[in-house]
Amino acid sequence: MKRLLIANRGEIALRVVRAARDLGIETVAVFSEADAGAAHVRLADSAVPIGKSPVGKSYLRGDAIVEAAVEAGADAVHPGYGLLSERADFARACEAAGLTFVGPDADTIDTMGDKVAARVAAAKAGVPTVPGSDAAVGGVDEAAAVAASLGYPVMLKAAGGGGGRGIRVVGDEAGLRREFPMASGEAGSAFGDPRLYVERFVERARHVEVQVLGDGGDVIHLFERECSLQRRRQKVVEEALSPGISPETRAAMTTAAVELAQSVGYRSAGTVEFLVDDESGDFFFMEMNTRIQVEHPVTEWLCGVDLVAEQLRIAAGEGLQLAQGDIDPRGAAIEFRLTAEDPANDFFPNPGRVEQLNMPSGPWVRVDTWLEGGGEVTPFYDSLLAKVIVWGADRAEAIARSRRVLGEIVVEGVKTTAPLLSAILGEDWFAAADFHTGTLEQWLETDPLAAGG
Amino acid sequence: MARHEVISPIPGTLYRRPDPDSDPFVEEGQEVKADDTICLVEVMKNFHAVNAGVAGTVVEFLVETDDEVGAGQPVAVIEDGN
Repeated sequence: MKRLLIANRGEIALRVVRAARDLGIETVAVFSEADAGAAHVRLADSAVPIGKSPVGKSYLRGDAIVEAAVEAGADAVHPGYGLLSERADFARACEAAGLTFVGPDADTIDTMGDKVAARVAAAKAGVPTVPGSDAAVGGVDEAAAVAASLGYPVMLKAAGGGGGRGIRVVGDEAGLRREFPMASGEAGSAFGDPRLYVERFVERARHVEVQVLGDGGDVIHLFERECSLQRRRQKVVEEALSPGISPETRAAMTTAAVELAQSVGYRSAGTVEFLVDDESGDFFFMEMNTRIQVEHPVTEWLCGVDLVAEQLRIAAGEGLQLAQGDIDPRGAAIEFRLTAEDPANDFFPNPGRVEQLNMPSGPWVRVDTWLEGGGEVTPFYDSLLAKVIVWGADRAEAIARSRRVLGEIVVEGVKTTAPLLSAILGEDWFAAADFHTGTLEQWLETDPLAAGG
Repeated sequence: MARHEVISPIPGTLYRRPDPDSDPFVEEGQEVKADDTICLVEVMKNFHAVNAGVAGTVVEFLVETDDEVGAGQPVAVIEDGN
């Protein structure tokens, strides 16, 4: 691998440029009209314009990106996260053009991208899945029979859904019979696939995910991330290790993740997401993300491993250089997502020009950002401004340092979630790690920012 | 008869369909009610419905799917029935 095209933008494009540079690989950026002056364009060795600002006319144009890579003489493509990163067709188009796709092979993306196929793969590997129909149900009567054996409440989930979309919770059989046709119809129009499956609904659930690395043969894990603090299924604060699972659960969950990844011959970095029943400690496979994730830095700091560099080495055919015994988690790392949304106004998106800007620096903090003073936050892309990651020898120290770190953030010109992140840090339930996937939204309903002044 | 311009209150990317596989919310020449959604504007992955604002006939769209719009920009013209 000599020259790498990065098919993404924002902070993750910068992240990939930096890892490539560390390895002596040249980089090619791509950019839309709105990103002509962006940091990732300047930092890369060269850059290619690929279209207008909306993603449908630039960063989602797989054909234009493959063409740019070939023209620029690149031999590999890193897709980052989001955008084209989990589109099997894009991975196939890269390979067909003689380019190495930095990720798993297209068939693995296909299998793990289909909820039903992924669930079947997990069950085959002996990984616990949420009790429910093993595949899509044939109709409402089968759904009712499955639900009766599971016990209510249950979830109806669209086979083609994802990111929290296409899910309904029903409390009894009458509710199921009422909701099933609507859920199926909606799934058909939203995802082009009306199939539904039925799962037990866990009331108090944590979202814990295991980072894996594989080279198509060997697979290792780099422990887990706790990602339960979410708003509308978007993660807000993540940390590693999870403060909410026992050592026994950790051992069983990381083993399960490795076995699943091995069973599909996984290559590259990937994440196996689990739902943990906070009452019993039981854990269940949710899905596998076949890409680098936004919150990967907490794992990097915990384990001292550069995950993006490992992705590049594996894609270059060097094989996995790390053994499980090399992975030794140290201390606690917490990531805060700073976004251009106004927490005082129902998280309304806040594009605009940034005037004053100060990002935290100094000991025990890492800031991954694309934002610069005088820069423009455009309406075309996601609202992530910066990821602020803090490390401590234990969780209490990481939290104490985080107060200092978040206090240094200054962003003038656009509203951000900085006040929300600081408020979370001040909560007893956060300090005690007493939270689940519903906690943040329930807390927000009490209007904590208004009350706190 | 009066021409009424439908304004996008926010900047972003315009979509005339609820999702890529569906039909457009409205076609040109179609009658609409004031609270009918005629398009979506995506700002930072949030989708905001833009309503017709007046009852009448959609004469033309000034912006097409996947095009960018600015805040306050007219996106369609409706001729009301009065």
